[in-house]
Amino acid sequence: MSLKLGVPSKGRLMEKTFAWFQDHGVTLSRVGNDREYAGHVSGVDGVELVLLAAAEIPRELAAGRIHLGVTGIDMVREKLAFWENRVAEIEPLGFGEADLVIAVPDFWADVTTLDDLDQTATAFRATHGHRLRIATKYHRLIRDFLRENGVSDYQLVDSQGATEGTVKNLTAEAIADITSTGATLTANHLRILEDGLVLSSLAVLYKTRAEVWDDAARVSWDALKAQIGLG
Amino acid sequence: MTDKSDIRIEADRLRRLFEARGAEVFETDILQPAGALLDLYGEDIRARAFVTQDPLQGEMMLRPDFTLPLVQRHMSARLGEGRYTYAGEVFRRQEDAPDRASEYLQVGFELFDGALGSDADAEVFAAFYETLAPLGLRAAMGDIGLLRAAVEGLVSNPARKAALLHHLWRPRRFRALLNRFRSSDQRELPTETKGIEIGLRSRAEVNARLAAMAAEQAETPLDTEAATLIDALLAVREKAPDALSQLRYLAVDMPAIAPAVDTLAARFEAMSARGVDVDTLDFEASYGRTSLEYYDGFVFGFYAEGRADLPPVATGGRYDALTRAIGGNAGVPAVGGVIRPGLVIELGGASCR
Repeated sequence: MSLKLGVPSKGRLMEKTFAWFQDHGVTLSRVGNDREYAGHVSGVDGVELVLLAAAEIPRELAAGRIHLGVTGIDMVREKLAFWENRVAEIEPLGFGEADLVIAVPDFWADVTTLDDLDQTATAFRATHGHRLRIATKYHRLIRDFLRENGVSDYQLVDSQGATEGTVKNLTAEAIADITSTGATLTANHLRILEDGLVLSSLAVLYKTRAEVWDDAARVSWDALKAQIGLG
Repeated sequence: MTDKSDIRIEADRLRRLFEARGAEVFETDILQPAGALLDLYGEDIRARAFVTQDPLQGEMMLRPDFTLPLVQRHMSARLGEGRYTYAGEVFRRQEDAPDRASEYLQVGFELFDGALGSDADAEVFAAFYETLAPLGLRAAMGDIGLLRAAVEGLVSNPARKAALLHHLWRPRRFRALLNRFRSSDQRELPTETKGIEIGLRSRAEVNARLAAMAAEQAETPLDTEAATLIDALLAVREKAPDALSQLRYLAVDMPAIAPAVDTLAARFEAMSARGVDVDTLDFEASYGRTSLEYYDGFVFGFYAEGRADLPPVATGGRYDALTRAIGGNAGVPAVGGVIRPGLVIELGGASCR
């Protein structure tokens, strides 16, 4: 079997991944027209490019349908319970830096820490009759983080995009999302809690721990490692 | 791997034993509406229960326990004293413990509106104690009522008291609160809220909390003695009779817990009267704090010695607060517990020795 390398299928993450491999002597390219998700690899033999949504790469790695994959630390930890047993971190790629943070409306002058958020949530529930809503797509990571920090009386509401707008739209009171510069948060009148950093993420090259490594895949992996200069 | 039909037979046998103690059989659906469970247990229940979507009924959960539907049933019928038993599957996600079952049978025995609290506690405990006696399990118990009484007696400021009581079940947050109240908070508070008002929480709510924070800063720090006494209480961990004497000793410096200690003593006596060998039981003042919120008095569990790999074979306790959360302020006294028949069989069975 050829060695399958999963790469995000669009956007900056795809471009930066292509550029990183280019810098390391391996050319990844999309073939066909812009809408077709097929790819080509040159510079090393026996490697097949699989273009996937970044959020699906952890699942495909864990299932062993791809041998290698590029995705964010945030995606792997959110999607895979016991991720260490299912994938291995091979190499941080030096891009895709982003922090998963908890943010509240900037005018909440009384809320700067998780401790404040917990007290506020309790009061909010008493006043409004429902739990304080935190909009996010990182349900597992945020729930674990808030439980670890003893925050109660909140609920998560699912937001798969434009999460920063949920407070203004009255569908959430606070948000938990990924940010790199914080500019979108500021533009939406939100502020990160002082101790609200859940995870620092980065694009990483992962390898599956599933039992799918045959000789051909191993030979191609050794060749790829040599080409991109990994030990 | 134990055969599922054997487990079902064992579950039916256990249920009949509880029926023989006067319990009525309770049945409920496996698919439960998620709303009430979420409202009661909070976001954490999503990490522990399986959520599914029904196109018409909305979000549903695979029954994580029988407690909520049983309390709803009992309270909506406005029944008086009632004993119930049930046997059926419950479903728990095991994200952090892949070796544990995510579907298993549970047999319960629950007692509502028992005339005398300590006797109801003893009746329920004795039911599990006798049923499980052939397995030679270790029994441990605790009582959240002691910690509650200590907080109520030692902390006079109402806001501090409410905050601590809210976090009785979250040891880390409870500890953080105690430490905060013990030291004087010099944090400089903003006096006004700047920026655009967005979202449901209003500027008035922000200002109200700022005022409350300023009032808290003006309070004198919680006296060190009080915090030390709470620590001493939480450290009590002995065989039941020794624990009781330690608690009596603590009650000299902490008269607020004396009624709770008397309750404990009355419970031990009621247990003895029902044939429980109280001297062999472990008592831990902090037992049950990290498990289910709403267990607000007596809590107990039965464990297989030397099998740390197994979850408790049976657990239970008093959950008056849960009935209040479900029924508005009008709750009913409630105490009960559950056995896992699958573990009973794995440990050799409770019937044949």
